Amino acid sequence: MSADVQLEHVWIKFGSFVAVQDADLTIKGGEFFSFLGPSGCGKTTLLRTISGFQEPSEGKVFIGGRDMAGIGPNLRPTALIFQNLALFPLMAVWENITFSMEVRGVNKAGRRKRAEELLELIALSDQGEKKVSELSGGQRQRVAIARALCVEPEVLLLDEPLSALDLKLRQHMRAELRAIQKRVGITFIYITHDQGEALTMSDRVAVMSAGVVEQMADSETIYDRPESAFVASFVGENNALAGKISTIEGDQALVDTPFGPIRARLSESSRGALQPNGEAFLFVRPESLSFVNGDAGSFDNKIQAHIAEEQFEGNVRHLVLKGAGDKPLTMSVINAGRGLEYHVGSEVTLGFNSDLVVALPPGPLAAE
Amino acid sequence: MQKFIRKNGIVVSIYLLGACTIWIALMIVLPQVFMLDFSFRFNLPPAKIGGPEDVYTLSNYSHLLFGRANNPESFNWLDTSVFGKTITAAIFVTIFDVVICYPIAFYLAQVAKGGYARFMVLSLIVPFWVNEILRAFAFRIIFSSSGLINTVGMGMGIWDEPFDFIKLDIALYAGLGYAFILLMIFPIYNAVESLDKNQLEAARDLGSPWWRIHWRVVIPFAKPGIASGCTMVFMLSAGALAAPQILGGPSSLWFTQIIYQWFNTGGNWPRGSSYAIVLLVTCTIFVMLMMRLFKVRLGEIAR
Repeated sequence: MSADVQLEHVWIKFGSFVAVQDADLTIKGGEFFSFLGPSGCGKTTLLRTISGFQEPSEGKVFIGGRDMAGIGPNLRPTALIFQNLALFPLMAVWENITFSMEVRGVNKAGRRKRAEELLELIALSDQGEKKVSELSGGQRQRVAIARALCVEPEVLLLDEPLSALDLKLRQHMRAELRAIQKRVGITFIYITHDQGEALTMSDRVAVMSAGVVEQMADSETIYDRPESAFVASFVGENNALAGKISTIEGDQALVDTPFGPIRARLSESSRGALQPNGEAFLFVRPESLSFVNGDAGSFDNKIQAHIAEEQFEGNVRHLVLKGAGDKPLTMSVINAGRGLEYHVGSEVTLGFNSDLVVALPPGPLAAE
Repeated sequence: MQKFIRKNGIVVSIYLLGACTIWIALMIVLPQVFMLDFSFRFNLPPAKIGGPEDVYTLSNYSHLLFGRANNPESFNWLDTSVFGKTITAAIFVTIFDVVICYPIAFYLAQVAKGGYARFMVLSLIVPFWVNEILRAFAFRIIFSSSGLINTVGMGMGIWDEPFDFIKLDIALYAGLGYAFILLMIFPIYNAVESLDKNQLEAARDLGSPWWRIHWRVVIPFAKPGIASGCTMVFMLSAGALAAPQILGGPSSLWFTQIIYQWFNTGGNWPRGSSYAIVLLVTCTIFVMLMMRLFKVRLGEIAR
């Protein structure tokens, strides 16, 4: 029913442009797997390679252990949901859903019956006779899912299918997609540039940049334990500080920054890669910073700064903090409804523990 | 109306309204009304026009069906069979053009890219700079018994006797089919070009073989374009004069040639008008019926 997808040293080149560089990974059967990256990072190309619209320049694609070389998209056990859904506008909803059965020569009664079942699954019973244009965005989304599921694929491929929806609907569809995946139990491979989508839905996420898979792990690891400067800066909000390493002890480094010396945790990739007197990028999340009153708290990092700006977002407040250098830090404070004791201009002491600061080898950051 | 004037300004509004009125009234409606009026009159010498004998009659129309007035029993087989043959031939030319042009239009709209597509379009258009008469004679050269096809065919020993393509009307069909190729390609191209490529890929991903993608996705989408092309090709084929004149076999007549003879050599304008009107009305009714049959609305064709 569900198959694993294995990419074996896959390279995809268009002339001299390398779209995907040595993708080598296994997506387990029944897994919800996301490729997360900015536009142009090669994730859609990779998806097209799995679905069969693009042949890899080098390397192999296996689905369910079977080599897919030379097997066209119509013969693969995959179904693709397009970014713009690509529903057939001139067919009724039920015909759209059961098009793959029509192709297989299933008679009309059989197709009708299956359409009813799938319409029920996507909570659109008795909408089967409508034209696609008569449905709302969210309903079309669900029809596209039903059309793909009708193929009974072993792997469902989704190319940013939620990007055209508004925020509320998008959040609702995330939960719905996840629920459908649990129910049908097949492998979902999801492409997105929206880290919120990737983190909430996926069992595992592969973060891609410029054709390279930078890190592959579950959502929490991706967020809490980034292994490259790109991943740290692309996934979630993060403060990046460049500094010079003064000492390294065990899995900790002491780094000189414009805010003074900061003690940071070494990531797995930075052990051995970072050396005393070398450059390092430090990353600390806005929500990891706390105010320090007097000497309360047991933080092993304390820095001085003044509040330069305050942005109120409802559930959180973002404070822009400036220290000695040009580069400000952003701090997020949960809004408890009581207002803040500090205001723009206040001098504050900030504390954060060294295990919430990660030192990574310098590298390209995600574009703001 | 006020809105129209406010939107376009006085000068442009007057120009647009004036031009449209002149175009429709003076160039289209009035001449046809005169023709219609002619078709119900006797062919009188100039002196008698407006006199007591100048009354309305159906004799021109009955002539198409029953021939000479002094021989009312005999059905006018000659003219009616030419009429039937013309309509049938025009239908075949239209079908032939759809079959030829749909793949070309699809290829241009969805497959060919950039400079290559432009080159193809250009190579379709440029031959039409050659005028109609010259093109028809060129076809005659290709298809005549000592022409290019026969020379090559016999030279290679594929057949021994020269084929009389002209007598078999093959030259005529080829000439007519070729003459209206662009009128078929461009409407279909227009329609297919706006089809989202993802639709093709989606159908393929759902397991569809190429022919079903065309049958279920592309052709339904391109239907208004196909209908528009068919309408033009059919109407113009049925109304063609030069190609049948030059490429038609000695025994074959096109209905337009009969009309031409009445107007010109026969000097009988009323009869010519009545024949022309019968052709126009029949073609229009036929097109409307076909549109009803294939569920295409007039508005879609104009897109």
